[in-house]
Amino acid sequence: MAVTTGKSFVGRFGVHIAVLIFVAIWTVPTLGILVSSLRDKDQIIASGWWNSFASSSQTEAGRLPPASAQVEKDGKFVLEGNIFGDGAARNISAFGVKSAAPTQYPAGTTADLGDGVTLQLNAAGGFVMTSPKAFEGVRGQRVYYASSAPPKFTTDNYRTVLFSEGIGRSFMNSLTVTIPATVIPILIAAFAAYALAWMRFPGRALLIAVIIGLLVVPLQMSLIPLLKLYNGVGSFFGVPSKTYLGIWLAHTGFGLPFAIYLLRSYIAGLPREIMESARIDGASDFEIFVKIVLPLSFPVLASFAIFQFLWVWNDLLVAMVFLGTEGDQIVLTAKLNALLGSRGGDWEILTTSAFVTIIVPLIVFFSLQRYFVRGLLAGSVKGG
Amino acid sequence: MAAQIFSAIFVIIVGVGGCVAYFWGANKLVDIIFPSRGVKGAAAIDNLRRQGMIRPWLFVGPAMIILTIYLIYPVVETLRLSFLDRGGANFVGLANYQWAFGDREFRNSILNNIIWLAVVPAACTFLGLIIAVLTDKIWWGTIAKSLIFLPLAISFVGASVIWKFIYEYRGEGQTQIGLLNAIIQYFGGQPQVWISLSFWNNFFLMIILIWIQTGFAMVILSSALRGIPEETLEAAVIDGANPFQIFWKIMVPQIWGTIAVVWTTITILVLKVFDIVLTMTNGQWNSQVLANLMFDWMFRGGGDFGRGATIAIIIMIAVIPIMVWNIRQANKETGGH
Repeated sequence: MAVTTGKSFVGRFGVHIAVLIFVAIWTVPTLGILVSSLRDKDQIIASGWWNSFASSSQTEAGRLPPASAQVEKDGKFVLEGNIFGDGAARNISAFGVKSAAPTQYPAGTTADLGDGVTLQLNAAGGFVMTSPKAFEGVRGQRVYYASSAPPKFTTDNYRTVLFSEGIGRSFMNSLTVTIPATVIPILIAAFAAYALAWMRFPGRALLIAVIIGLLVVPLQMSLIPLLKLYNGVGSFFGVPSKTYLGIWLAHTGFGLPFAIYLLRSYIAGLPREIMESARIDGASDFEIFVKIVLPLSFPVLASFAIFQFLWVWNDLLVAMVFLGTEGDQIVLTAKLNALLGSRGGDWEILTTSAFVTIIVPLIVFFSLQRYFVRGLLAGSVKGG
Repeated sequence: MAAQIFSAIFVIIVGVGGCVAYFWGANKLVDIIFPSRGVKGAAAIDNLRRQGMIRPWLFVGPAMIILTIYLIYPVVETLRLSFLDRGGANFVGLANYQWAFGDREFRNSILNNIIWLAVVPAACTFLGLIIAVLTDKIWWGTIAKSLIFLPLAISFVGASVIWKFIYEYRGEGQTQIGLLNAIIQYFGGQPQVWISLSFWNNFFLMIILIWIQTGFAMVILSSALRGIPEETLEAAVIDGANPFQIFWKIMVPQIWGTIAVVWTTITILVLKVFDIVLTMTNGQWNSQVLANLMFDWMFRGGGDFGRGATIAIIIMIAVIPIMVWNIRQANKETGGH
């Protein structure tokens, strides 16, 4: 492959740049939510996340205290205090009293508001307003100011979504769904795959064809009949129709064709000599399977387990049909979908929840990428 | 919650234990009923033959039962339901199909699905191929591939949130916190509410799926490219072919089979696309697709199973050609083994 293009310096340089652009497009979106999830929630809406390391500046409006707070000093009436109340870590660069000119006066200078009234606002938010006459009215003077805040990163968002938004609970629910739904199909599929690969019986070719056909049957075909079936079983036995057991079995069913297909093609490729010599030594099919095939098939079992884990963890459709939407059953994907509706503009909640949702698959993926790719190469007919 | 964790662990133990017990027990039972050891002559051979007849079915039995309940029966039942009314009680003939083709939303979904089918598999395959070729030439190609591959692990819902944040809109002149509008505004353009722009919003949703699936295409195609015999490329170079000629005339023709597999795999995925549309627009602003419409009818107004089943059948019909092709292909490859 090295013999192809890129002999010239420009050509090689171009390839590097092109790949760099692709990598940027494919990583920047994810980076965006990771960075945002760690930002202060006021800063998320004040500036784009790509500016999160710069001070965020914004123009805001505040109100001075009402006339009742005034004190008389040297024959003048004075209002004093800090516009931020307790003095948050913000830095005012300029201020004004008209919305048309919100940054008329630099911070620290004294503005003449007419009739002898003066207003001074310093960078830290402290203000002094003086007047020869007593202030009147219950509403204080409106003040506009441009301020900047230093970049602020926090893990508060994670604390919020995990413990008060219910994401922590959903995380546990997702694990509850995913682990059994990943483990249960493996053994069932492995036995079937062995029989389809190495045992002779009438109808075997037909069964293989059926399984390959089932690989691509859209999930949508199963939803309504199974929903009816579950409702029927539920009301017949007087038990809830939306249960973890129900979704475990559903995911097992939906994962089996791929599992059998993947395992069968691997097991069928194991060397015939090993099987035959074991058989000559008097081993039964069961012994051959348990002692020889199963240990040799470890890589493909791992591939399938990763696939099924990611599939179940990332699934939304099956969870929405077969599980409830209450706190004790709602999985991460469904919860995230619900949050998109109820907390639509609260990006600190959404980005953080999204990151919690994708972190487990990312870890699994990165640590076991080798097996994942192997499964992908062996079974790329399923279509997700 | 503790009870929940406990029950999950319990299920794993019972499930796996049950499977082991079944396979081991059933196998033992066959040995006991038809003993082949300790029996002499014709009886032993007879019993061995009987064992050979029964045992395969013990092995494939559990899988067959589950597949029958969860896939085969539902396919038949969905077909039946598509000829029944909303509650599944009365036969209505082709009324559901007639309704579907007269329904504005359904026709919009079909149109959108066709656009998705035309754009997404092509875009993923093309981008995947380009990236596979480019990354093969540079020393940090493996890292680049890993990063482009990464979105494949992200759920469609998670990806939707990621991209919704990119498409986020603020009024003109305000600080844009969505990357796309920020770039547009930086270059003096008008910020837009991308996901409610009728027709074009389809493409903004497709970008999400392309972003996820390109890594898949890239990995498969990259491995196919590596299988191309070096001599063919060397011969082309000696004959003075330029890089584009080598790509289109030497490399691509040798991996047509793989391109077809990638294309059909993504096609099936596109036909079932649901999560992205549900979370981004829920079919509003003319962005509806069949899978989401089907889900909608399952529950809309208490659920109309007849219409839902009909839409599922339409999706199934679109998949059947690929299914037949797959089965033929597999038969050819395995020759029954």
